[in-house]
Amino acid sequence: MMEFLDIFLNESFWAASLRIATPLIFGVMGALVCERAGVLNLGIEGIFVVGAMTGWMAVWMGAPLWGGVAAAALSGAFFGLLHAILTVPLGLSQHVSGLGITLLATSAASFVYRTALPRVDSPPRIIPFKPLDIPVLSDIPFFGPVLFQQTALTWLALLVVAVVWWVMARTPLGVALKAVGDNPDAVAAQGLSVYRLRIGAVVAGSALMALGGAFLTMSAFDAFFFGMVNGRGWICIALVIFASWQPGKALLGALLFGMFDALQVRLQTQAGAIVPSQIFLMAPYVLSILALVFVARRADYPRALLKPWFKGQR
Amino acid sequence: MISIEPRQQISRGMRIAIPIIAALMALMLAAIPLAFAGAPILSAYGQMFTGVFGSVFSFTEMLTRATPLIFTGLAAAFAFRARLWNIGAEGQLYLGAMAAVAVGSGAIGAPAFVMVPLVLLAGALAGGIGMLGPAVLKTRFGADEVVTSLLLNFIILIFVQMMLEGPLKDPMGLGWPQSEPIIDAATLPRLVSRMRIHAGLLVALVMALVLHVVLGKTVWGFRIRAVGENAAAARHAGIAVNKTLLGVAMVSGALAGLAGVSEVAGLKGYLTADLSPGFGYAGIVVAMLAGLSPLGVVLAALYVASVFVGADSMSRAMGVSSFLADLVVSLSLICVLIGGFFARYRLVWHRKENAA
Repeated sequence: MMEFLDIFLNESFWAASLRIATPLIFGVMGALVCERAGVLNLGIEGIFVVGAMTGWMAVWMGAPLWGGVAAAALSGAFFGLLHAILTVPLGLSQHVSGLGITLLATSAASFVYRTALPRVDSPPRIIPFKPLDIPVLSDIPFFGPVLFQQTALTWLALLVVAVVWWVMARTPLGVALKAVGDNPDAVAAQGLSVYRLRIGAVVAGSALMALGGAFLTMSAFDAFFFGMVNGRGWICIALVIFASWQPGKALLGALLFGMFDALQVRLQTQAGAIVPSQIFLMAPYVLSILALVFVARRADYPRALLKPWFKGQR
Repeated sequence: MISIEPRQQISRGMRIAIPIIAALMALMLAAIPLAFAGAPILSAYGQMFTGVFGSVFSFTEMLTRATPLIFTGLAAAFAFRARLWNIGAEGQLYLGAMAAVAVGSGAIGAPAFVMVPLVLLAGALAGGIGMLGPAVLKTRFGADEVVTSLLLNFIILIFVQMMLEGPLKDPMGLGWPQSEPIIDAATLPRLVSRMRIHAGLLVALVMALVLHVVLGKTVWGFRIRAVGENAAAARHAGIAVNKTLLGVAMVSGALAGLAGVSEVAGLKGYLTADLSPGFGYAGIVVAMLAGLSPLGVVLAALYVASVFVGADSMSRAMGVSSFLADLVVSLSLICVLIGGFFARYRLVWHRKENAA
């Protein structure tokens, strides 16, 4: 039992929690922006894969690290635009289109990877983002290692939360975005373009999702592997519902999730002899389902989520 | 000024033409990745074609590959008809396969006419229960079944790995995580000697027929369609919506479970954690290409299987990655979605002064 408590006193546990939470923070924010505008984006899982592959491959081919990040964001935006065209002006099923985008993006990333590296068992490694190691701040006991020895992408993720919160809560754009997910007719009546707002939100949100993938290959690891995304995108979709579409709660959800995952890894080393390791591997998915079940009844959906809207039709 | 107007009626010809055009479009779009890979495009297509229709063996291989896709395609089509989004066919397939191995690898010894129905039943039951979970979470707690059934796929796959390292592990398996082999009496018989095609295909075809009759000719089928078209109106008309959804979930999961039985007891002979290369997800594409019609599922599964088998053969001959098949299949889904738009709506050009 004391060993169990020791986990929480160890700064490496909290540092790992934030690190594990980072891709989820990007993904949750991306999904939240899309859904707030009324479009569910189940392309997220595939967009994670495409972002992970593109960012890593760009750097491998000689781009600077931030060039890789930009390339990843662009690849996400591209698949986001495709999903947006299918679901906004064409008004097709957001469920099916999103799953189609996931299948398409995953197979495109795999095809490009295999074409560039036909017979490679272990992919070439890149030099990933290094921990920032800010002078003075990094030396503060506890907070130094937990906060100030993360990579720049973790800080970017936290900045994204702040920006999304600020845009949603404080700007006319945010008001319009939330309105277009709740009552598109009212937005159209004000002379704003429902299509442009929704397409813009899906493209921007998808770019954020791709950054979550890029974090995996450019910060958490240093290469691209098949199956490395492993359901993180779907977990983000569950976390957005858990967070009732609030950026602050979404950050909290992602952090809690990172904590549980970090805990799971440490418990595995302590209790591994008694309990099969797979029980711990299942935990993140079980947790996501439980989170959904507990909040589902009081979930306050954006009212126009999943509902197509056509110009000139009431 | 363009406006979008719904069509009064979707013609039968259009229903049939759209998936065919979509499939051809997707195949044509494959020229882009082929060019990207630097392959001679026309001979690549030729290789894909002869890879399926070039010999009796390759054709039966395609039918063998189509078998699990018919099951998972039916699983998706049946559930989607009731607007129950079962995206968990991949996991349910593995549940079915595990049940088949648990029952059919020596735990019970009986003649084939008992064992074969027994493994089919066990697998169907396991798959059905697998989808019942997300369906109950939906009807009782309002939890979105898309996300829960998706997440369940990951849980089940880890569970399979756990079982293969534990209770289901073959002690003679030289340390590989694989199950004990299915006994002869529980094996689905081969249809043609020296070919891999097996009786699972016949079961799949019978299921497609049964679902066609159930959906089109029975009261239950009428209820399912009513729930799918408008759940609120169905409830108002006195249909027990939740009960209908739970029944649909059981049947849909059972069909996906049968895919697992058919792969294990008809093709592979034992269970490994890489039994399915994504048959569950491909089933969604099959169902959409089929326009959610059970008989259409059979044709759509033949198309998707042809793409997979043809691309495999082309990949071996020309060194182009076999992920090309996944690209074509996912492009087919996108194309058929767009085709569905043009079936339901038409674009109307207005002169400026007539614009509403």
